[in-house]
Amino acid sequence: MALIVDLFMQSVQMALVVAVAPAVVGVTRKVKARLLRRIGAPVLQPYRDLWKLMHKEAVLAHNASWVYQSAPYVVFAITWIAAALVPTYATGLLFSWSADLIAIVALLGSARFTLALASMDVGTAFGGLGASREMMIASLVEPTMLLIVFTVAMVAGTTQLSAAATVFSSGSEGLPVSLAIAFLFVAIAENARIPIDNPATHLELTMVHEAMVLEYSGRHLALIEAASALKLVLYFSLIVCLFAPFGIAGSAGGLSEYTIGIGAYLVKLFVLATLLPVGETCVAKLRVFRYPLFAGGAFAAAVLVVFLLFVSKGP
Amino acid sequence: MPRIDLPAATGLWCVLGYLGLAGLAVAAGRSRVATSLIYGGALAVALVALGAALTCFLTSGPPWTLVLPIGLPGIGAWFRVDALSAFFLVVVNLGAAVTSLYALGYGRHEEAPARVLPFYAAFLAGMNLVVFADDAFTFLLAWEFMSLTSWAIVLARHRDPANSCAAFIYLVMAGFGTLCLLMGFGLLAGPASGYAFDTIRFASHTPFAATLAVLLALLGAGSKAGLVPLHVWLPLAHPAAPSHVSALLSGVMTKVGIYGFIRIALDIAGPPNPWLGLLVLTLGGITAATGVLHALMQHDLKRLLAYHTVENIGIIFIGLGLTLAFRAGGKNVLAALALTAALFHVFNHLVYKSLLFFGAGAVLTATGERDMERLGGLIHRMPQTALAFLIGCTAISALPPLNGFVSEWLTFQAILVSPELPQWGLKLTVPAVGVLLAFSAVLAAACFVKAFGVTFLGRPRSPAAIAAGEVDTLSLTAMFLLAAICFLAGVLPGFIIDALSPVTVMLTGGMMPHQATMPWMSIVPIAENRSSYNGLIILTFLIVCGTVVAMMIHRFATRATRRSAIWDCGFPLDAPQTQYGSASFAMPIRRVFGAVVFDVHETVGDMPQPGEIRAGSFRLRVLDPVWRLAYWPIARAVAAVSSRLNRMQSQQIPIYVTQYVTLLLCTLIVLLVAVAIWR
Repeated sequence: MALIVDLFMQSVQMALVVAVAPAVVGVTRKVKARLLRRIGAPVLQPYRDLWKLMHKEAVLAHNASWVYQSAPYVVFAITWIAAALVPTYATGLLFSWSADLIAIVALLGSARFTLALASMDVGTAFGGLGASREMMIASLVEPTMLLIVFTVAMVAGTTQLSAAATVFSSGSEGLPVSLAIAFLFVAIAENARIPIDNPATHLELTMVHEAMVLEYSGRHLALIEAASALKLVLYFSLIVCLFAPFGIAGSAGGLSEYTIGIGAYLVKLFVLATLLPVGETCVAKLRVFRYPLFAGGAFAAAVLVVFLLFVSKGP
Repeated sequence: MPRIDLPAATGLWCVLGYLGLAGLAVAAGRSRVATSLIYGGALAVALVALGAALTCFLTSGPPWTLVLPIGLPGIGAWFRVDALSAFFLVVVNLGAAVTSLYALGYGRHEEAPARVLPFYAAFLAGMNLVVFADDAFTFLLAWEFMSLTSWAIVLARHRDPANSCAAFIYLVMAGFGTLCLLMGFGLLAGPASGYAFDTIRFASHTPFAATLAVLLALLGAGSKAGLVPLHVWLPLAHPAAPSHVSALLSGVMTKVGIYGFIRIALDIAGPPNPWLGLLVLTLGGITAATGVLHALMQHDLKRLLAYHTVENIGIIFIGLGLTLAFRAGGKNVLAALALTAALFHVFNHLVYKSLLFFGAGAVLTATGERDMERLGGLIHRMPQTALAFLIGCTAISALPPLNGFVSEWLTFQAILVSPELPQWGLKLTVPAVGVLLAFSAVLAAACFVKAFGVTFLGRPRSPAAIAAGEVDTLSLTAMFLLAAICFLAGVLPGFIIDALSPVTVMLTGGMMPHQATMPWMSIVPIAENRSSYNGLIILTFLIVCGTVVAMMIHRFATRATRRSAIWDCGFPLDAPQTQYGSASFAMPIRRVFGAVVFDVHETVGDMPQPGEIRAGSFRLRVLDPVWRLAYWPIARAVAAVSSRLNRMQSQQIPIYVTQYVTLLLCTLIVLLVAVAIWR
C-alpha cells in the first residue's frame, strides 16, 4: 500500500512538471512582450503551438538516420526523468535518491549529447555550428556547476537533493547569495537565454540552440520544444529547492502539506518566470567569443564562495 | 580459507602458452593459416587465463606465491597473485580475449602478418608477466619485454616514415621509463638487501628514500601510462600500430603502467607522504584537461582516441592521488572509495577504449581512411558498427546510465569529501582538480560528439566513404560484446565495487560499504543519506518514459512523415565540404583556450576578394606545447653536445690524447670530491 502511495506521489510530480512547463514558457513570453510594450500571445499559447505541431506532418531529409528520428524522444525522456528527480513540491519521493545532483547534471549532459548528435545527422552547416557552440558553452559553465555541487556538499553534508532541501528548509543552514548568482548564470547559459542565446530568434548567425533544431518539424519539433520548456522548469525547480525551499512538504506529510507544497511551488515558478524576462530585457545578447567573460563571472563568484566557506569553517 | 593455487598456476602456465604461440608464429611464418591459427590460439589461451584470473579475483584467499629457479642464479624468479594482481590479470586477459576475437576477423586484412603475429603473442605474455612478477628483477625484465615487443608491433608498417619516427620516440621514452623504475627499485631494494617485493615491503625505508622511489615510479610508470608531460609518444605510437594492437596499447598496456605505480606507491614503498598525493592529484587533473583538449583538436580518428587515453589516465591518477592523500591522513574508508573509483575507471576504460579502437579499425577496413575530414555518413553504410561505436562514445563521455559515468561519479564523490583532509594545501587543491575533472568530462562529450558526428553522421565527404560496407561478423561480435559490458557495468556497478573490496582492504586497510545489501541495488559510496546513484532505475525510467512518450505521440499526433531535401534555412549547399567538419567543430574551443593550451599556427594563404569565386587557402596547425617547452630543447642540447664531442674525435692524435686525458682527470677529480662529500 505504502509503495502504491509513493508511486502515486512520484507520478504526480512527473505529471506536474510536464503539465506546467509550457505555461511557464507562456508566462515568460507574455511578460517579455509586455516589457517591450507589445500585447503578446496569450499565456496558454505554447500549449496550442505544441498541439498544432503535433498535427503537422514531419518532414525528414532524405539522408536522416535513426539517430535523427529517435533523438527527440530520447531528449524528452531524459529531461523528463531529470525533472522528476528534483524535489519540487515534496522531498523524499520514491525515486528521488536514485540520482544525486551530479547525476542530474550528467543526465542533462546526456540530453545535450543526443541533441548535438541529431543536429549533425543530416549534414548541414547550421546543425554543426549549433552543436559545436552548445558544447563550448557547456564546457564553460560546467566547472562552475561542480563548485556549486561542492558547496552544497560542504554546507548540507549531502549531494542528495531531497536531503539537501530538507536541511535548507529547516532554516539552520543556508547557501550564500553569491552562489545563487553563479547558479543563475549557469541556468541562463544552459537554457539558451539572453545574453548567451536568444530563444526568439531564427536565421541569425548567433543562434545556438535554435540552430541545432533547425531541421526539425512536426511532432519531432513539438517534443524538442516541450523538452526545452521542461529543462527551464527543471532549472527553476533546482533554484527553488536549493535557495528557497520554504513550503516544501516533508517525506511523511499529509494531504494538506502536499497541497501547500504544490501551491508554493507554482507560486515560486510564477515569480521566477516573471523575473527571468525582466533580466533579459535589461541586457543585450553577447557576441559568441564574449561568452568566456560571462562564464568567468559565474566561476569567480563560485570560487569566492568555496574559498570563504573554507575560511569561515576554519581548520 | 579457500586456496587459489590451481587457478593462479594455470594463469602462469598461460604465459607459457602465449610464448609458445609466439614461437609457433615464427615457425608458421607466411603460411596462409597463420593468422587464424595464432589469433584463435591466443583467444583460447586468453579465455583460460581470464577464467583463471576471475577465479583468483573473486576468491578472497591468501596470496599465492611461487619461486622458480630461473633468471639470476641464486635468486630465482618470484611470482605472486594477490587481490591487486588478480584484478589486473582480469583486465589484461579480458583485453587479450576480445582483441584476439576481433583480430580473427580484422587481422585478415593485414599486409604483412609475419611482422605482427609473433610479437602480438609475445606482447600478451609480457603484460601478463609484469603483473605476475614479485621481485624487482623479474618485474623490470617483463616490463622491458613488454615495451620491446610492443615497439616491434608499432614498427610493423615501418616503410611509413611517420611510423618509424613514432617507434623511435616510443623506444626513447620506454627506455627513460625503465631507467626511472630501475633507480626507484634500487632505492627500495638497497636498504632491504633483497629484490623480492616481500623483502622490500617489510624493510624500513627512510621517508626520503621512499618518497624519492615513488617519485621515480611516477616518472617510470607515468611515462608508460601517458601522464603529462611524458605522454608525447602515446598519440604517435598508438595509432601507428594495427587497430587491434592500438586497442591493446591504449586499453591494456597503459593499465599495466598504472599497475606498476599502484604496486610501488601503495604497496611496497610503505606509508605514503600526503604531499605526494597532492602532486599525483595535480598531475592527474592537468593530464585529464590537456589530454581531452588535444583530443578535440585531432582529425585523425585513431590519434583522437589515443589522445583521449591521456585524459582517462589523468582521471585514474586523480583517483590514485586522492587515495594517497586520504591514506596519509588516516582516512582509510575514504582512501578505499578513491581507489575503487580509480580501479573501476581502469576497467571501464579498457572496455570502451577497446570498443572505440575496434570501431576505428572497422572504419579503416571499410574505407581505408583515418582522417575524419574524408569520412561521414557511415551510419547508413555500416549501421551495426555505428551502433556499437555510439554506445562506446556514450560510455566514454561519462553519460548515465552507462559505465563511464559510474567511475567518474565515484571520483567526484571522493573529491567532495576532501574537506575532511587535514592539510590546507590539499583542501584547497582538490576542488580545483574537481573543476578540471568536470571540465574534461564535458569536453569528452564534445570530443565524441565530434568523433561520431563527423565520422558516422552527415553526408559522405569522399568516394571511399560512399563505397564503404559493413565489416565481418567476428569483428562485430567483439564490438557488441564490449558494448554489452558497458551496459552491464553501468547498471549493475555494485557487483564490481564489491568485488574490488579485497584490493582496497589490502592496499588501504579500508573498504566501501557493502553494495549488495543496498536497497534496489543502488550504489552508496559513503552513507545512504549523503549520496547514492542507481543506474538500473535510471535505465528503467528511460525505457518507460521513452515508451510512454512514443505511445502518446503516436496516439495523439499525426504519423504523417514526408522525405524531402535538406532545408538548411532555404539555401542548402550541395558540396559535402559545407558541412561542419572536424576542424570547424573544434574551432570555438580552439579560440577560447588556444592561447593557453595549444601552439596554434594559422596562416591565410591566397585569399580571394569579396565576390570572387575561386578557392582560397588557409592552413591550420595545432601543436602540443610540451614539444616546444621540454622535448625540443632537450633534443637540441643533445645534438649540440654530440656535435662538440664529434669535433673532438676528428682532431689530430696528440691533441686528441691530451684532451682525453684531461677529461679523464676531471671526471676522476669530480668523482673523488663527490665521494669525499658523501663520506
